[in-house]
Amino acid sequence: MEFLAMGGYARYVWSAFGISFAVLIAMLWLTRRHFNLTKQTLLRRIRGKEGAQI
Amino acid sequence: MWDWFYKLASPPHFYRIAANLEPWLLWAAVILLLAGTYGGLVLAPPDYLQGDGFRIIYVHVPSAFLSMFAYVTMAVASAIGLIWRMKVAYCVAAASAPIGAAFAFLALVTGAIWGQPMWGTWWEWDPRLTSELILLFLFLGYIFLRQALRDTRQADRSSSILAIVGVINVPIIHYSVEWWTSIHQGPSLIKMDTPSITGDMLWPLLIMIVAYQLLFFAILLTGIRSELLQREKSSRWVNDLLTTGVIGEGAH
Repeated sequence: MEFLAMGGYARYVWSAFGISFAVLIAMLWLTRRHFNLTKQTLLRRIRGKEGAQI
Repeated sequence: MWDWFYKLASPPHFYRIAANLEPWLLWAAVILLLAGTYGGLVLAPPDYLQGDGFRIIYVHVPSAFLSMFAYVTMAVASAIGLIWRMKVAYCVAAASAPIGAAFAFLALVTGAIWGQPMWGTWWEWDPRLTSELILLFLFLGYIFLRQALRDTRQADRSSSILAIVGVINVPIIHYSVEWWTSIHQGPSLIKMDTPSITGDMLWPLLIMIVAYQLLFFAILLTGIRSELLQREKSSRWVNDLLTTGVIGEGAH
C-alpha cells in the first residue's frame, strides 16, 4: 500500500505512467493497423485488376 | 563507401531491412521499458525535495527527448529528400511526424502532471513549455500540410521546407532554460560537466530513454513501410510482395 501511495503523489505518478503507456500502446497499434489496412487495400486493388484482365 | 547509402535509397531493399529489424527493436524496447519502469518506480530512492513525485521524470524526460529527436530525424530526412530526391527519405520524414507529435503531447501532459504538485500550476507560459508546445504545433502543421496537398511531389517539397525551417526550435527548447528566466529546472543530463542526478536515479532514466528510442524506431519502420507501399503501389516489387509474400531478389 505504501508503494501505491507514492508518498502522497499517487494520483500524479500513476496518471503520468498510465497516460504514457496508453499513448505508446495506442501509437503502436494505430501504426500497425494503418500498415495492415494499406496492405489489404492494395491487395484488393491488385486482385481487382487481375479480375478485370481475365 | 557510399554504397550502403545508395542501397538504402532503394525502396524494396529498405522495406526488406525494415521488416527484418522491426520485431527485434520492438521486443528490445518492451524488455527495456519493463526494466526501466521497475527501476524508476521501485529501485530508485525518493528525491530529498520532491519525494516520490520526482518519478514522473522516468516518463517525462524520455518523451521530451524523443519529441526533439523525432523532429531532428524529420528535418534531416527532409533535407536528404530535397537534396538527393530520395523517396525513402521523404517516407522517413512523413512517418516521423505523427510519432513525434505523440511524444511532444506526452512531454506536455506529463510535464503538466508534474507541474501541479511541484509548481502549483498545470501550465505556465514559460520559455521551455511554450517552445515544446510550438514543437507540437510544428508536427501538426507538417501533418496537415501533407494531407492538404494532393500532389505527392508538392507535398514532399512544401512539408520538407516547413520541417527544415522549424528545426531552429529544437536548440531553442534545449537552451531556453539557460537563455531566459524559467521556472523549469535546468538540464540534468546533457550538459558540459557530469549529470546533476545521482547514479541510482540515473540508470533507470537512461534505460527508459533507450527503450523509448527503440520503440520510436520500431514504430517508425512500420510507418515507413506503409508510406513505401502507398508510394510504390504500381511497382512490380509491391505487386510481388502482396501476392506472394516475398520481394523478388532482383528488385532494387
